[in-house]
Amino acid sequence: MAVFEGKKHPDLAQTFNADVERVDWHDETLWWVRKKRDRAAYNILDWELLRNTASAIKDDVLSNLHSYLQHFEAKAIKNGITVHWASDAAEHNQIVHSILTESKISLINKSKSMLTEECHLNEFLKKNGVNVIDTDLGERIVQLAEEPPSHIVLPCIHKKKEEIGELFHEHLGTPKGESNPQALAAVARTHLREVFLTRNAVITGVNFAIAETGEFVVCTNEGNADMGAHLADVHIACMGIEKILPKRKHLAVVLRLLARSATGQPITTYSSHFAKPRGGQHMHIVLVDNGRTRQLSRPDFRNSLKCIRCGACMNTCPVYRRSGGHSYHNAIAGPIGSILAPNLDMKEYSDLPFASTLCGSCSNVCPVKIDIHTQLYKWRQVIVKEGYSTKGKSAGMNVMNFTLSSPNVYNMAGKAGRWFLKNVPFAVNNPLNPWSKQRDMPAPPEQSFKEWYKRNRGK
Amino acid sequence: MKVGLFVPCYVDQFYPNAAKASLELLEKLGVDVHYPLKQTCCGQPMANSGYEHLTKECNELFIDNFSGFDYIVSPSGSCTLHIKEHLHSDKNENSATGIRNIVYELTEFLTDVLKVDKLNSHFPHKVGLHQSCHGQRGLMLSQMTELNAPYFSKPEFLLKMVDGLELVDLDRQDECCGFGGTFCVAEEAVSVKMGQDRVQDHIRNGAEYITAGDMSCLMHMEGVLNRQKSGVKVLHIAEILNAG
Repeated sequence: MAVFEGKKHPDLAQTFNADVERVDWHDETLWWVRKKRDRAAYNILDWELLRNTASAIKDDVLSNLHSYLQHFEAKAIKNGITVHWASDAAEHNQIVHSILTESKISLINKSKSMLTEECHLNEFLKKNGVNVIDTDLGERIVQLAEEPPSHIVLPCIHKKKEEIGELFHEHLGTPKGESNPQALAAVARTHLREVFLTRNAVITGVNFAIAETGEFVVCTNEGNADMGAHLADVHIACMGIEKILPKRKHLAVVLRLLARSATGQPITTYSSHFAKPRGGQHMHIVLVDNGRTRQLSRPDFRNSLKCIRCGACMNTCPVYRRSGGHSYHNAIAGPIGSILAPNLDMKEYSDLPFASTLCGSCSNVCPVKIDIHTQLYKWRQVIVKEGYSTKGKSAGMNVMNFTLSSPNVYNMAGKAGRWFLKNVPFAVNNPLNPWSKQRDMPAPPEQSFKEWYKRNRGK
Repeated sequence: MKVGLFVPCYVDQFYPNAAKASLELLEKLGVDVHYPLKQTCCGQPMANSGYEHLTKECNELFIDNFSGFDYIVSPSGSCTLHIKEHLHSDKNENSATGIRNIVYELTEFLTDVLKVDKLNSHFPHKVGLHQSCHGQRGLMLSQMTELNAPYFSKPEFLLKMVDGLELVDLDRQDECCGFGGTFCVAEEAVSVKMGQDRVQDHIRNGAEYITAGDMSCLMHMEGVLNRQKSGVKVLHIAEILNAG
């Protein structure tokens, strides 16, 4: 994304950390969401069984994606929905644009869709003369700020209410200094009612699409997708091909997990089923690949496509909470974004699998049991092998390997921390080194354990 | 019972007291402990950086050093997990598999193999237990707060046997400290912030000492504590279990 000017995660995270108060607030807020999620999970006796079941359902979907998609298409067409297939983001954007052009519509509203963020649809439509207003409140806020969302469920979680007040003052005419959330929400409601009433086409995302029935389900807390869809003559639903579920009954598993994992709510306020256009309405579905089949062909990474976009891995991630979503410079941030993004552009996102301590908390909260931290480790290996590491790092690793592979070199070099102080990445004895900036070095002892052992227990 | 003691490279170099305490503790419990002198490192610093392909020689060396033991015990959850998950050999995969199956982190060896129910140790201090992630989530030494599952903690079980020791409750009982191997320098800003926050949780709740099964987490937190000129100290869990 252009706004990040080619900067990588460590630099962007460092910038975010310059404002300690904001980092603390961001961390505390998302930790509060994580705790809320914990309480919701602890209240379901069979929570772990539910996760296992969801994981199995999604495994089946990925293994039989071709037939479920064909079933879905046939049923959807029968229901009166027009089905489009897009191999990549560009084709997806073209399809959406051509539908709007044919309908002679240039003012539209859109509910939250991470897929359209991934495809940069808003920018594309803007360039082509289509005005899009996002109707999810968080999305609308970042849209007014001309920023991408920083979280897939809580798009403007990086912004404080005072900053939102300032944006509303500038764009929606609220009094200067007004930051009361209730007052701002009331203004947003009036603003968005006008949008719903005057715009004839809506784009929605898709949380789940059912192969058995040809219907799709959109989950929101604000009802904005429903408001948009019920008032628009043209409804375009955009979905990644992995969003399919075999049967309606599978919603009984995934809907129980989605909102609990995301925000700790039992269920989203609205879980709306769209099965066919109402009289006079045109309904379209755009099924998008955009690298998903490539990811499906990678044995180590295919199950990242099980993701139901709940954001739990972001809320629990100690790195995400302290670096902010924008530091991932990708539509999807956090641990899940870090295993999805390298598939889209390995060079651009070569930093993301390293933006983790591999603590494993992400895999534990994942409602569909994606082994996120294992995949982060595996992406690191792929990125180095494909040549996206730096020469300096490779040279350092070769020196380390040379020393640690040989007991003699290690013993010679090691004399009570001498070599370690110079060469181990976390222990470079130099005032400019990143360890020492805000931490003291361990004091090297008089003798290493090995030296002590030889003297005291040597045989 | 013949046990090979595996001492991680940075513990050997910077924290020999943690290794001595591990050795003495096992000896006190009647174990025949051997420390193979040609050991160096498990290879994790390279592997976690994306250079697992460079660890073949470390792996062969590890197999040479640690063949022929009934168990291999290490005072590090992280290095133990690395061996368990990534030790392989082109020359002798059977030996590698054998080692992967008998390598234990120190506290789980005490609770699961030796089935220790009593320790003659004395440590009259308030102690905060840091759950090192690889030990906790990788080796499952303690239950993880993310899961809806019964609580247990092997290191806590042992610390409760120490005379005079008072464990403090933490606000976030199993959040990562931010060390993360090369992460601690590659992502300096976030790593330090994580370390500061973790240390603050212990201080806020009255800990005099922070302990853990992994010296790497403690080295990182000690670096933060010392820079802040805090009086709170770090000690490897073996040093506490061996104290008295």
